[in-house]
Amino acid sequence: MGAEIHGTQKFNESKRTEIKFSEEAMATAKLLMSNYPQGKEKSAIIPILHIAQAEFGGWLSPEAMDYVAEILNIRPIEVFEVASFYTMFHLKPVGKCVFEVCQTSSCWLNGAEDIVKHIEKKLGIRVGETTADGMFTLKVAECLGSCGTAPMLQCGASYHENLTFEKVDRLIADYRTENKQKNYTDLDYKNTL
Amino acid sequence: MPRKLLIQNVDVPGISSLETYRAHGGYASVEKALKTMRPEDVVEEVKKSGLRGRGGAGFPTGLKWSFLAKPEGVPRYLVCNADESEPGTFKDRFLMEKTPHSLVEGMITSAYALGVHTSYIYIRGEFFYVARILENAIKEAYAAGLLGKNILGTDFSLDCHVHVGAGAYICGEETALLESLEGKRGNPRIKPPFPAVAGLYGCPTVVNNVETIAAVAPIVNMGGDEYAKIGIGKSTGTKLISASGHINKPGVYEIELGLPVEEFIYGEEYCGGMRNGKKLKAVVAGGSSVPILPADLILKTANGEPRLMSYESLGDGGFQTGTMLGSGGFIVMNEDTSIVKNLFTFTRFYHHESCGQCSPCREGTGWMEKILQKFINGTAQESDVDLLWDVQGKIEGKTICPFGEAAAWPVAAAIRHFKDEFLEIARNKKFVDISHYEKLNGGLS
Repeated sequence: MGAEIHGTQKFNESKRTEIKFSEEAMATAKLLMSNYPQGKEKSAIIPILHIAQAEFGGWLSPEAMDYVAEILNIRPIEVFEVASFYTMFHLKPVGKCVFEVCQTSSCWLNGAEDIVKHIEKKLGIRVGETTADGMFTLKVAECLGSCGTAPMLQCGASYHENLTFEKVDRLIADYRTENKQKNYTDLDYKNTL
Repeated sequence: MPRKLLIQNVDVPGISSLETYRAHGGYASVEKALKTMRPEDVVEEVKKSGLRGRGGAGFPTGLKWSFLAKPEGVPRYLVCNADESEPGTFKDRFLMEKTPHSLVEGMITSAYALGVHTSYIYIRGEFFYVARILENAIKEAYAAGLLGKNILGTDFSLDCHVHVGAGAYICGEETALLESLEGKRGNPRIKPPFPAVAGLYGCPTVVNNVETIAAVAPIVNMGGDEYAKIGIGKSTGTKLISASGHINKPGVYEIELGLPVEEFIYGEEYCGGMRNGKKLKAVVAGGSSVPILPADLILKTANGEPRLMSYESLGDGGFQTGTMLGSGGFIVMNEDTSIVKNLFTFTRFYHHESCGQCSPCREGTGWMEKILQKFINGTAQESDVDLLWDVQGKIEGKTICPFGEAAAWPVAAAIRHFKDEFLEIARNKKFVDISHYEKLNGGLS
C-alpha cells in the first residue's frame, strides 16, 4: 500500500522477502518498542529506522520504510514523513563509509573548508558523491557538537576530531584496508541494548 | 580555587562506572531525597537554589517544576533534553560522556521531586556513542536498585530510557522534542498549552536540559541556600562553558557564574588566551543564536564595567551593546576572522535546520543565506545590507517557536556591530577569506 505514497512502483513479493530484519534486529526493535507506553509504540520509529538503515545497506529504500511501517503497525506515510525530516537518514544509496564533515562556525574557523577540499581531492569526488568502488560518500554536516575539537568529521558512530590533512589521509587508508566488508554506517544498535 | 559541582571528578579513572562514581560520593542525593525528604521539599530546595535552565533560555527551574499539573490517575513524565545542537555548544556531551551517572542521578532525584515514574533521555542521534555510555550507566543503576521498582527499598519506582534522535537542531526546542519522541517530525507545537500541562502523549511533562538535571544532585546535597551563595546575584551556581575557536585551550570549563569574561578568555585556568598571539576580534558568548559582540564590548559593558560571565552582566545593555549567556557556547574569533563569513555559516545552519512550519522562518532563512552568499561571492551591493536587516526583522517574533529569533539575532548583531565589513565587500566587489587551515595550523602539523 506504500507504493502510491512514495511514488514508486509497487514492490513485488519476491523483492519483499529480502527486506526482513535478522532475528537479532527484530528482537532489538521489539525491545525498543517496549520502552514506551502501550499504544504509543510509534515512539520507537526513529530508533527502528536506525536499525533498518544498518540492516539494509546504509540507506532507507521505500521498501525498507514500508517494512518499518509494518513492524510499527502504522501507515507508510508516517514513516516517510519522519525519515525525510531527519538528516541522519539517507534516502538514497551511500558508500560503506559516509564522511560527514562539520562546516559550522567553530569548525569553519578551524579550517573545515580546507579539510573538505582535501578529501575531495584525495577521493576524487565532490561533496554529495560516492567513490566508484562504493567505499566512501562525502557529505557536509551542520554542527555536530564537537566545536572544541574542530575541525572534525563523523563516520557512522565514530567522531574523528582535531583533523589535519595527515590525519584525514590516515583515516582514509585505515578505512580502506581495515575491513572492506564492514558497513561503517551501521551504528551497531544491536550491541547497545 | 573555584568550586566545581558537576565535572569535578571527570579525571578520576573509571568515573563512568557506578562503583567508582559511588566511591566518590555519587548517588548521595538519591539517598538523601528518597529517604529523608518529601518530594515537595526537593522542589523547594531547587527553588531556593535559584537554578536557571542551562539549555539556553535561563528560566528558573524550580518555577518550571511548580507549573507541573498533577491530575489524579494521569501519568507524568520527565524528559531530559540531550539534543545539544546549538553551534558552539558541547558541554552536555562532555558531561554525559565523562560522568554519565551524574545525569542518571539527577534524573532519579528530579523524578522523585516531580512524582514521575517514567523518564526519557532524548539524545541527538549523532551522539550515538554517548547514548551507548548512558545505556551502560542506566543498566548499572537498574542492577544496583537505583532504577526500577522500589528504589533503595522505598516506595518510589522509576524507569529511565535513552531515546536516540536522528539529526535535527529543532528537536532541542522542547515541544519539537516531544513531537519527535512521539515518533513524528520535529515540528514545534503552538503554546499554550505548555508541556507542564499537556506534554508527552498529552500528559503533564517537564523537559529539562542535561546540565540542569545534573545540577539538582549537588543542590539536594548541599541545600538550595548553600547553592545560591555560589555565583552572583540571580546567576547562582556554576555553569559549564563550551569554549571553542581561536583560543589556546578549547574545551569544557565549569565556572562559578560571575567570573570576569577577560579572565575566562586569558586566564591559564580557562581558555589560556588567543592562539598564535593573535588579537581578539569578537565573541559569540552563548551559542550561535546570541548576538555577537566585538572585543571591546565583550570585555567591558558600554558603561565601562568589566563584563562578567552571568545572565545579567552578559545581558547588560540589551541587544544594543550586550548579549546573552545562552547555552554557554563560547566561540572566540581572532583578528583575521571574517564576521560576514562566520555569519554565513550560522545562517546556512539555520536554513538547513528550519523545520519549515512557519513561512517567515522557512523562507526567510533561505533568503538570508542567499544574500550572504552574494557577499561571499563578491557580488553583493551596498543595498543588500539593508535588505538583510529588513529580512531578519521580519522573522523575529513571527514564528511558532524561538527558532525565528535564533536565526534573526545573529544577523542583526553582525550588522549592528560590523556593518563596515559588509559595506567594504559590497564596495570592493571582492571577498577575501583569510581564515584558512594552513594559516591556522602553520602547515601540516
